[in-house]
Amino acid sequence: MQHLNAVGQSVPRPDGLAKVTGTALFLDDLPENGCFHGVTVRSPHASALIQSIDGSLVARADAEAIVLVAADVGPRNSVHLIHDDWPILAHGRVNHHGEAVALVAAPTLARARAAAAAVRVEYEVQAPVLNLDQALEGDPRTNGELNILARCEVDHGDVDSAFAEADVIVEGEYATGHQEHAYIEPHGIMATPRFDSKGVFTGVEVVGSLQCPYYVHEALCYLFDMEGSAIRVLQSVTGGGFGGKEDYPDLIAAHAALLARACGREVKIVYERQEDIIATTKRHPSHIRHRTAVKRDGTLVAMDIHVLLDGGAYTTLSPVVLSRSVLHAAGAYSCPNVRIRGRVLATNTAPNGAFRGFGAPQSLFAVERQMDKVARALSLSPYEVRSKNAYREGDVTPTGQVLKESVSALGVLERATLATRFRRQRSANEAARAARQDDGRPLLGIGLSLFWHGSGFTGNGERRMMSKGAVRLRPDLKIEVLSSSTDFGQGTEGIFRQIVADACGVSLDDVVVHVPDTAAVPDSGPTVASRTVMVVGRLLRRAGEKLSFALGAFAAQLEGIAPVSVVLHDGIFETEQGTTPFREIARRYLALHGPLVAEATFEPAPDSAFDETTYQGDAYAAYGWGACVVEVEVDPDTFALRLAKLTTVSDVGHVIHPVMCAGQVEGGTLQALGWGYLEEMKMKDGRYLNDRFQTYLIPTMADTPDMETILIENPTKHGPFGAKGVGELPMDGGAPALLQAIENATGICLSAIPATPERIFEASKIKAES
Amino acid sequence: MSATYAFTLNGQPIEVEGPPMARLLDVLRRDLGLTGSKDGCGEGECGACTVLLDGEAVCSCLVPLFQVEGASITTVEGLSSEGRISELQRVFATEGGAQCGACTPGMIVSLRALLDRHPAPTRAQVREYASGTLCRCTGYERILRAVEVLTDQRLAEGVAAPEAREPSSE
Repeated sequence: MQHLNAVGQSVPRPDGLAKVTGTALFLDDLPENGCFHGVTVRSPHASALIQSIDGSLVARADAEAIVLVAADVGPRNSVHLIHDDWPILAHGRVNHHGEAVALVAAPTLARARAAAAAVRVEYEVQAPVLNLDQALEGDPRTNGELNILARCEVDHGDVDSAFAEADVIVEGEYATGHQEHAYIEPHGIMATPRFDSKGVFTGVEVVGSLQCPYYVHEALCYLFDMEGSAIRVLQSVTGGGFGGKEDYPDLIAAHAALLARACGREVKIVYERQEDIIATTKRHPSHIRHRTAVKRDGTLVAMDIHVLLDGGAYTTLSPVVLSRSVLHAAGAYSCPNVRIRGRVLATNTAPNGAFRGFGAPQSLFAVERQMDKVARALSLSPYEVRSKNAYREGDVTPTGQVLKESVSALGVLERATLATRFRRQRSANEAARAARQDDGRPLLGIGLSLFWHGSGFTGNGERRMMSKGAVRLRPDLKIEVLSSSTDFGQGTEGIFRQIVADACGVSLDDVVVHVPDTAAVPDSGPTVASRTVMVVGRLLRRAGEKLSFALGAFAAQLEGIAPVSVVLHDGIFETEQGTTPFREIARRYLALHGPLVAEATFEPAPDSAFDETTYQGDAYAAYGWGACVVEVEVDPDTFALRLAKLTTVSDVGHVIHPVMCAGQVEGGTLQALGWGYLEEMKMKDGRYLNDRFQTYLIPTMADTPDMETILIENPTKHGPFGAKGVGELPMDGGAPALLQAIENATGICLSAIPATPERIFEASKIKAES
Repeated sequence: MSATYAFTLNGQPIEVEGPPMARLLDVLRRDLGLTGSKDGCGEGECGACTVLLDGEAVCSCLVPLFQVEGASITTVEGLSSEGRISELQRVFATEGGAQCGACTPGMIVSLRALLDRHPAPTRAQVREYASGTLCRCTGYERILRAVEVLTDQRLAEGVAAPEAREPSSE
């Protein structure tokens, strides 16, 4: 076991100084070097045939401007992701408002916009499919049949028999809406083309605000049908992602690269906020139905769950989002008989894609509200029904996975209820409501949720990915971390330094992190799925240990002793003969042997397996566990909400950096609460109506409650020093806890979010009628 | 339609030529190379472009160039010099106030305006002054705590007096 000097400490983040002084260079801050500016001509219709595109007037508007349409893309006109159904430029028809139809580049942004206005497109408008209700009636694009983008099914036990014998059956239907990522830095990509001496296009270098350099790399290799060495992708300082910069940069990079090839020079595309909201991915809206069989004492007997997600116009990552949604749909609860059916249907909105939580927040919202309904049906408290059914070590999940270690469902639940005096407070609020006079004073409510989130890719994802991470001893004697994991705020860079410093036994100052650059770092996989610390961090720990061992062996050789007797810690090699500083050994190693690189490749756990045809087996290597308690004040006349207090308990395995870890939990929970009561994408004829920050509201500091953030450590053998993922977990619990709190305050039971005053008012009428 | 406008920028007198309705944000970023202020929404909602105009926090995307004639403008670049950063910036970095960093310059400038008026602010005052800058990463808690760390430090050193207790509306 290594000495932990850096891990567990809230050391200053390496990019902190640049960020607080404004010197960190985001994409739009980089020197432009006479680049052209690219703009996108977009469809004003949600569904239409393209009758003609005429770019000939562009040249008249601006002789230097370049215009590209689908025919200019070449034979591989699709974003290469899961299914190649997402065109780089629309061909023949458009499937959503804001879809890219043509591209224009010119020497200045103003000229590019003026030239783009000269592109003439004629459409034959068709009736669009705009939501799940319409999609269930059939889709004209599939001759009136259901337009299914993905399916996923899980079966466990004998559900039908269990329902036949059940004491009590509870049914519920739940709905969630679109959510905009609202990263503060909009999308941006700059592409520099390369040509040989004969002027033949030989490749492109792309730098951008993105999460997954190797996704972009693969998409561009496919588009241009070129070898990997022809394409280079680098990440610029990235101003937030939350999944929004996971899939979509593939498309913008393709646009910028195509324009750069056509212009013969650098091209920059930076989205305006409105364009960013109109065109890019959102969280999948969901309709989820639950049927639950329970004993009178609250024990779960069977769950029958139907998950329906709105995929938008194209497949993007929907099959994987659905998979995670289905795998989390039964919640953090043990149940012997479970049937889950999941489908993603196509609509005519911008494709829905990756968003923090990746399908799990939708299904966990539904199951948590269903647990409340079960509790109500049995006159139990929300705490009791959760405590009775929460997973214990040794329990089996719907995929047949035995939870062998690091199970904290009860631990986080108990801690959260104790920290907030939940049971007492809940009863007091109910009593106060029963006794209250109509004095206009706010109603107080408290609500709790319990949830889990699988760390790393689903099923065999990591086994297929076979990620690599490496460390290198540089000539300046710094140990350099080489990985494609990106930092877009979470603190990846700092955390990797901490892990590698302790794995090697050197000080933090001896470790630096290479910028994610496909020409220089191995493919560690994308920065998604709460996998960075657990999966890539573990690779880097192993790589660091290898490097440290190689230097130790060298030090031993110098002294003529056995390698095992030389251990590097605190930057010092210690032997019986005395101590030598790390830098001294490193210098002599480089002088004698040359470069030293240590690499590690993902090694699947030997005792784990997942069958993708039956969806049985170990769905995730480890799970994070969370409980969230929301305290709220509800105005009895207007139903306006004030978030009064937020308490979270999160089991993250091992806390690498307490401040940044808490920051993930707090930021993620506020996004979840925003989704729960404030953020609502409204649409008319397929066009998002609130496509600006003036109308799409996210929480400000004035809307935000005081937060108490409790981190607990129940380690997993699958992560470095026991660490599990934390990025997505907090997104799962905010919304259902908030709705339970509203119910506690008002007696009004909501099954859909966001809980706007209008929606609470509508639900209050149902309560009054019943 | 261009004209010359004279104002003070980060303590230095400066003359800028440009159209009267040019956005101050563009003048700063494009003409003067001060890219610390960010263009997050272009309509004064996100606050990532916040600068001080005669001590008031304003969104520079909403300020036309002609309006700064004779005024004093402070950007995030003006809050540190020669590698010396302010205490606010230091605690912001160490206490987790910055994650992605896109809102950070605007947030820091907004807090500067607060601290200039209230050297040891309450949470309610921080919320009021900083609510014009959106942050999607932190949930704001670590920003509040950063200001509290700074406040505690100032109170302990006796360089600031505590704010009078506010009405219980907080």
